[in-house]
Amino acid sequence: MTDRPVIAIGLGALVFAALAFVPYMVDGYGMSLAIAIANYTILATAWALFSGPTRYISLATVAFFGVGAYTVAVLGEVLPWPVVMLVAAINGCLLALLVGLSTLRLAGIYFVIFTFGLTELIRQVVTWYEVKVTSTVGRYVFLDIDQQAIYWQLLGVAALLFLSGYLIGRSRLGFALRVIGGDEMVARHVGIDTTRAKLLLFVLSALFMTLTGAIMAPRWTYIDPAIAFNPQVSFQTVIMALLGGVQRLWGPLLGVIPLTLLFDWLNAHFPNHYLLILGIVFMLIVYLLPQGVAGALARLRGLRSRKERASAAMKEARQ
Amino acid sequence: MLTNAILSGLTMGGTYALVAMGLTLQYGVSRIMNLAYGEFVIAACFAALVLFASAGISPLVALLVVAPAGFLLSWAIYRLLLMPLVRRAPSRGALEVDSILATFGMLFIVQGIMLALFGGDYSSYSYYNTPVDLFGTTIAANRLIVLAVALAVALAAWAFLMHTRSGTAMRAVAVDPVAAGLVAIDVRRVAAAAFALGGAIAATGGVLISMFLTFNANIGVVFTMKALIVVIMGGVGNVVGALVAGLILGLAESFVATFVDPGLTIAVTYAIFLAVLIVRPQGLFGARAR
Amino acid sequence: MTALLEVSGLTKRFGGLVAVREAAFSVNEGEVMGLLGPNGSGKTTTMNLISGSLKPDTGSVRLEGRDIAGRRPHAIARGGIARTFQLVRVIDDMSVRENVISGLAFRENPLWGVSANVEAEKLLARVGLGGRGGVFAAELTYVDQKRLELARALALSPRLLLLDEWLAGLNATELDGGIDLIHSLANEGVTILMVEHVMSAIRRLCSRCVVMNAGAVIAAGETAAVMAEPAVISAYLGDEDD
Repeated sequence: MTDRPVIAIGLGALVFAALAFVPYMVDGYGMSLAIAIANYTILATAWALFSGPTRYISLATVAFFGVGAYTVAVLGEVLPWPVVMLVAAINGCLLALLVGLSTLRLAGIYFVIFTFGLTELIRQVVTWYEVKVTSTVGRYVFLDIDQQAIYWQLLGVAALLFLSGYLIGRSRLGFALRVIGGDEMVARHVGIDTTRAKLLLFVLSALFMTLTGAIMAPRWTYIDPAIAFNPQVSFQTVIMALLGGVQRLWGPLLGVIPLTLLFDWLNAHFPNHYLLILGIVFMLIVYLLPQGVAGALARLRGLRSRKERASAAMKEARQ
Repeated sequence: MLTNAILSGLTMGGTYALVAMGLTLQYGVSRIMNLAYGEFVIAACFAALVLFASAGISPLVALLVVAPAGFLLSWAIYRLLLMPLVRRAPSRGALEVDSILATFGMLFIVQGIMLALFGGDYSSYSYYNTPVDLFGTTIAANRLIVLAVALAVALAAWAFLMHTRSGTAMRAVAVDPVAAGLVAIDVRRVAAAAFALGGAIAATGGVLISMFLTFNANIGVVFTMKALIVVIMGGVGNVVGALVAGLILGLAESFVATFVDPGLTIAVTYAIFLAVLIVRPQGLFGARAR
Repeated sequence: MTALLEVSGLTKRFGGLVAVREAAFSVNEGEVMGLLGPNGSGKTTTMNLISGSLKPDTGSVRLEGRDIAGRRPHAIARGGIARTFQLVRVIDDMSVRENVISGLAFRENPLWGVSANVEAEKLLARVGLGGRGGVFAAELTYVDQKRLELARALALSPRLLLLDEWLAGLNATELDGGIDLIHSLANEGVTILMVEHVMSAIRRLCSRCVVMNAGAVIAAGETAAVMAEPAVISAYLGDEDD
C-alpha cells in the first residue's frame, strides 16, 4: 500500500470507474455473478473492518443484511427509494448500537454465540409478526430496479466502504482498534475509550451490511424471513473474509472472488448436495489454513514465526 | 391447563437438560464448541424413525443401538477431525475459534446428508401415543416415558461424573487441563472420551425427542441453541446446573406456549438466552463445576 | 510540598476476601514513593484501583484534589496517571515506534502524524531505545520491552507514573541500568509510585515508603525509618512461631 493518500485514492477511483462499465460487457449470467461478487465483497470487507482489528468473530452479518432487505420489503412501494435507503440505514445503525452496547464486553466465544442467537431471535420475531399481525409469511418486492441499477448501487456502496476503510486505517480510530486488538488492557490504559471505538466500528460495519441487504432486496421479488435472515450468509461472509485475510483492506476480496465463483458453480451443478459440499469446503478451509483460522487472524506480515524465534532466543538467553 | 403446562414443561425440560449435558461435557471437558451438536441429535431422531418404521423396533430398544453408535461416531470424529485442531492450537481461544468454524462445516455436512436421505419434510411416528390421566389432566404416555428415561439417564451421567474415577478425571480436566495433566491424567484420552460420551447423550436425547415431537433435517440448530442456552445458564461444565437450567427452560417454553402464544416459544428461548448472556455470562450457577 | 495523589479509605473485596482494606496514603508532587509488602498484601490491587483497572468498593482516590475513584481506566489515563504492568505488556505485532505512539495518540493533548513520530523518537532515546523504533516489539529482549513499556507510559506525559514491579526479573547489570533510568526520571521531576521487591532499588530511589500487609497499610514514612519498624519486619520475615 502506498503512503501517498492522493495516489491511493486516485487509483481506487480509477478501478471503480472501470468496474462501472462491467454491465456493458457481460450478459445476464455475468451480471448476476458480478452482483454476487459485489454483494459479498461489501459484506466480507465490512465484516473485516470490525472483526479484523478487534478479533471479535461476528455471526450477525445476516441480521443487518436482513433488516435492510425487510425495510425495503415493507417500505419500498410506499416511500421514494433514497428515503427507503435512509430508513434502512437508520434501522441497521440502531440495531447495531443496541447489540454493540450490550455485547461488546462479552469475551470471545460468548460474543460469537450471542451474534448467532441474535440473528435467530430476529428471524423468529419477524416470522411471528408476519404470521400473526400481517397474516403472511413472505412479501413481494415489486420495484422497478433492474440488475444494472443494483450493480451500480452496490459498486457505489463498495467504493464508499473502501474509502472509509482506507481513511480509518490511517486515522487515530484505526490505530486505536489495532491497539485494542493487540491488548485491550493496554489500550484502556493509554487513554483509548475502547467501548466507544469498538462501537463506532461495529455500527459502521453494520451500516454497510444493512445497505447491501436493502439494495439486494429487489433482486428476489419475493422474500420471507428464511431468505432474508439465512444464516448461511453470515458463515459465507466469515469464511470468505478469513480465507482472503483480514489484516488488509483488500484482503477479503481475495477470498470473495474464488469462493463466490465456486459456490455459484456448486449451486448450478449440485443443487441437491449444495449444503453438503459447502460444509466440506468450509472444513477444508479451516484445516488448510496453516495456523488455523485464529492464527490467520493474528498473522501479520509473517510476524508469528519471527516472534516465535525471538521468544525462543530469549528463553535460551535466560537459561 | 396449569398442570398440563407444568407436565409438558417438565418433559421438554428433562429432554433439554439431557441434551445439554452432552454439550456441556463436549465443551466443558473437551473444549470443543460443537455447533453441529443439534444435527447429531436430529440424526438420532431419524435413526430411531428408520428402525421403528422399517423393522418395528421400539425406540427404547433402539436406544441400546443408537446411543453406542453415537459414542463411537463422536469418538471417531474427535480422533480424526478434531485432534489435529487441538494439536495445532496455540491457545484455548484459538481452539474455540477453529472448532466453531470446523463444526459449522460439519453442521452443513450432516444436514446435507440428512436432506439428501430424508428431504426437508417434517417426520414423526406414533409410539405409545395414548392419553393417560395424571393429576387431573391428560398427557400422552410417551411423554411420561421420555421424562422418566431422560431423568434416569441424566442422573446416571451425574453419578458417573461424581462418583467414578473416570468421571472425576473428566471433572479435573474441565477445571484445569494443565493441572490434570500434572497429576497423571491422560488429558487427550479423557477429552476424547468426554466428547464421545457427549455424542452418546446427544443420540439418547435424539431418540427420546423422536418419540413425541415432529422433526425435520433443518431443525438441528434449534437444539444446538437450546442446549447452548442451558449450558450457559447452568454454567459451562456444570452438570447439575444444566439439569436445573434445562427444566427451567422447558417450563418457561411450556408456559409461553400455553398462556402467551405458541408461535413465540422459540423467540422467548432466544430472548432468555441473550438476557442470560448479558447479565450473567458465567452462568446462573457460578462459573464452573468444581 | 503538596500532595499530588491522596488515597483514603480505599477498600476492595473479592467475594469474601478483602484484598484492600481502608488503605490511606498520599504521594507528594515530585517524589518517588515505594509501595511495599509481601506477596498477596494488596499492592497490585491498590495500583489497579488507582489506575482504574478495578473499581473500589468504597474510598476515594484524589489526583490534584479531584476524586477519580471508580472512573474508567481510559479517563484516568487521560487525566494524568500512566502505568506499567507487573507482567510486561507491549503490543508484539506493532513496531516499537507504534507502541510509543499508542501512548501519544490518545492522551489529553494527542499527537498524531509527523509530530507523534518525532516525539516517539525522543522518548525512545530517553529510555535507551534510540534508533530501535522500526523493529517489532516482539523482537526486543525482556529488559528492552520493559524500557518500551516505560516509554509508552511517559508518552502520556503523566502527572503520576505507576510502576508495578518494573525492576523485577532483571539481571544485575540490567537492574543498575533500570535504577539509573528511574533516577533520571525522578531528577526531571516525574512523580512516581512504585511497587517493588528489590530492596536495594527502594533504598536508592524512594524517599518515602508505604508498606501493606493483608490488605491494610501497616506503615508509612521515610524509607529508612519504615524499614526499621517491627511491624514491617515481622510482616516480611514472619513472626517467631510462623
